[in-house]
Amino acid sequence: MSVNTSSHTERRIVFLIIFLAVMVPLIFPIGWGSEVSPIARMSYDLIDETPAGKYGLISFDYEASTITELQPMAVAQIEHAWSKGQKIIATALWPQGPQMAEASFAEAKRNPAYADKEYGVDYVNLGYKVGGIVTLQAMGSSIRDVYPKDSSGKNWDDLPMLKGIRTLKDLAWVSSLSSGVPGLKEWVMIAHDVHNVPVTGGTTAVSAPGFLPYVNDQKQLHGLLGGLKAASEYEMLIDKKGPATTKMDAQSVAHIVILLLITLGNITAFRRKRAKANLTGGQNA
Amino acid sequence: MKRNIPLILAFVSGLIVIFSEFIPHRPFSSIVDSLQEWFMIISGFAMLLGVMSLLRMNAAKVSTRSPDWQYHLIGIISFGLMVLMGALWGMEEQAGILGQGASISAWLGKKPFDYTYTHVFVPLSATLFSLLAFFIASAAYRAFIIRTLESNLLMIAAVIVILGRTGFGTMLTGWLPESYRFWHLPNLADYIMQYPNTAAQRAIMISAALGVIGSGLRIILGIERSYLGGDK
Repeated sequence: MSVNTSSHTERRIVFLIIFLAVMVPLIFPIGWGSEVSPIARMSYDLIDETPAGKYGLISFDYEASTITELQPMAVAQIEHAWSKGQKIIATALWPQGPQMAEASFAEAKRNPAYADKEYGVDYVNLGYKVGGIVTLQAMGSSIRDVYPKDSSGKNWDDLPMLKGIRTLKDLAWVSSLSSGVPGLKEWVMIAHDVHNVPVTGGTTAVSAPGFLPYVNDQKQLHGLLGGLKAASEYEMLIDKKGPATTKMDAQSVAHIVILLLITLGNITAFRRKRAKANLTGGQNA
Repeated sequence: MKRNIPLILAFVSGLIVIFSEFIPHRPFSSIVDSLQEWFMIISGFAMLLGVMSLLRMNAAKVSTRSPDWQYHLIGIISFGLMVLMGALWGMEEQAGILGQGASISAWLGKKPFDYTYTHVFVPLSATLFSLLAFFIASAAYRAFIIRTLESNLLMIAAVIVILGRTGFGTMLTGWLPESYRFWHLPNLADYIMQYPNTAAQRAIMISAALGVIGSGLRIILGIERSYLGGDK
């Protein structure tokens, strides 16, 4: 009973410490810098080196739960593509994707530099389709057949920027912001491996290790943004102090606190083990 | 017969899809196009099935007054409210049964569905996911204990990766000269992620791919029949 009570108290103390570790840096930012990793730069370079007037597709394959990590990536990529004069098509393999796309475009348009970007001319939101990888296979034959209308019900023909688009091969790049299946992996398998369209993307930090094998010599993935840190690196590359940069301090402090807790946990375990050994030694003697 | 027809259909469909990968021409390409369309339509019905299952499971728990039945009731009510708001006033630019709901939208600033989605659903979802941080911290404190050589190695790798992923880690080794760039904590963390981690991930992926091929063949050849609703 006493062990349980002690364990519960310990848990509550840990929760309180983590709460403070996250809250305090959000209120009083520290401003720690960050180094841009090569794979985040690869992702940036793909959009940066695409000529103006070309089409990029961002697939919003996530939902509200992972908005903190993935939304800053979406906004940064949209602003970057617009700054280079590219046009953006938004699609979604997850039901809440169209809302995520809508929110990202609205956020990017709050920047006065992009306030004049026009729906149907500079960007479209084609919405959500069920079917995962099969939907992508069908888009390889005809995107229009899969999305005859956009998310608000407008016909494909009424959206001027889509006139030059037929299949996935007409896209200069694809970026899947993905928090699970279907998502980035499916885009690599179809858009890159079948149609040879450069694919990049972003995932939550916890999923990123699983996607690193795709960042290889064949460039199945043209760089990868893994978690909030990569989002802040992307913001740094486009010279923007956005939400990811602001939240990185909180994440950094929380990580350090977790490391300290691990150290403390090990010291406690070591002391318990030694006390137990002493007790056993005393009884044997 | 009741079992043989689905088995034959699975066998023929599977073979057509495999052939179409090697012979991407008619008739295989056009048949595969149709199969893809069918799949998308059937997937739509799967969502409907999911909704029905959700309602049935929750309703059963409420009617039998199982533990925490109140939460299931709130779930059903929330679901019903969202459906109702979407049906009556629509969402975003789409109109509902009562049209665009201009007066209620003017009062809330958004349509009721969009308002509830943005100001209730999104923060709740993000909060639930964020709670993981608390449980990870608590679990790390109690479970990440060095006992063996392997756990020691794991701990060292974890410390480097965790620190390398923070601004603090960057600051800690930022003073090292350019010739020692590899020893910067973010670079060490990248090295661990790109080599030892990727090697292990590749092994897992190859094993999983072999497993998928195996189970695909079992379904096509009629050995695996659980998708028919039993193994008899």
